[in-house]
Amino acid sequence: MSGSSPDTFAAIAGLVKARAGIVLTPDKGYMLDTRLAAILRRGNFASLAALAQALRDPRGEPLVRDVVEALTTNESSFFRDGKPFEHVKRILPALHAARPAGARLRIWSAACSTGQEAYSLALLLADQLPALAGRQVDILGTDLSREVVERAREGVFSQFEVQRGLPVQMLVKHFIQEGGKWRIKPALRAMCRFEERNLLGEHRGLGGFDLIFCRNVLIYFDTPTKAKVLAALAAQLAPDGALYLGGAETVLGLTDRLVPLPGERGVYGPAPALARSA
Amino acid sequence: MRRSALVVDDSRVVRKAARRMLEGFGFSVREAEDGEQALIACRAEALPNVVLLDWNMPVMDGITFLRAARAEFGADRPPIVLCTTESEFSRIVEALQAGAQEYIMKPFDATILGGKLAQIGLLDAAEVPA
Repeated sequence: MSGSSPDTFAAIAGLVKARAGIVLTPDKGYMLDTRLAAILRRGNFASLAALAQALRDPRGEPLVRDVVEALTTNESSFFRDGKPFEHVKRILPALHAARPAGARLRIWSAACSTGQEAYSLALLLADQLPALAGRQVDILGTDLSREVVERAREGVFSQFEVQRGLPVQMLVKHFIQEGGKWRIKPALRAMCRFEERNLLGEHRGLGGFDLIFCRNVLIYFDTPTKAKVLAALAAQLAPDGALYLGGAETVLGLTDRLVPLPGERGVYGPAPALARSA
Repeated sequence: MRRSALVVDDSRVVRKAARRMLEGFGFSVREAEDGEQALIACRAEALPNVVLLDWNMPVMDGITFLRAARAEFGADRPPIVLCTTESEFSRIVEALQAGAQEYIMKPFDATILGGKLAQIGLLDAAEVPA
């Protein structure tokens, strides 16, 4: 049961859709109550309706940002779902062999949340680097939320977080204990860069990537938004690169620029040029 | 054949919670209240597929059981996952050097436990709750 009227729900849901592409259906009305409670308290808003009114104020940009961030989902864990990282291990030697000496391998963790996905890739690469013969690897993590990007940059995780998906041998090898928290070691932190970025925006300035992770994000978007985001990601992907989506996500029916890689689940590659022009 | 687990903890509440999670993953579960009982349980029947082991217990503590089990049963059988409030780096290293396969710092939930079981090959990652 939500404390918001249909008008208030529509106003806030419309804002989140416009800013983040996220579709909040009326059955998610409870999220407004639970996730915006702290903002109501902080801003002394008497109700969600009062907050919705304040969001219409053109000077309310920080408030808009806080509301959108509060209504986005930031679930993350190390080596989430396992299988994509197994594929990365298999594809890295081929990408390394195909690139000229001195060229960097580039990986994008789009919608990186608090950084576990980007750091999982760094951890995996730390074990694989001998096979990559000293090749430099850049990992870029981006997220809409300033708060989670700041946390990702910090590279500090709670005891609970480091136990979700991270083998204990990696924990003791690559993290430093600081009180009850765990900080990723500087060498791995240095492999990753994090920045705020809206997936609905323009990404050409980022350059090309060999691997792109964009998992469990499209599920929150409507069909046109999914198609737009997939086309934008495809434009940044190397011809022999791979795009990783979540288990409940697909490119089928959304874009002809990406095709499933044979025998893989949730892994896509650029469509052959012939297929694109057909 | 059903996978089996031995839960070793002096807290009945923890044993009950761990049993519920492990049974949810399809394991049959035996319980022991300390390391000595756990050694007896390991000798009495086939070795469990995994031992979930507390550190601080009366009679025989977890690290003593771990060393005894490694000496008696082998370097990697049964697989042993420490599950303890001991969260100091040095303790974790000590347990790994003594032959533990994994380490859980309490409190924990089914996602953490399932993830650790997946890491030692006893569960598929898809079986672990998100």
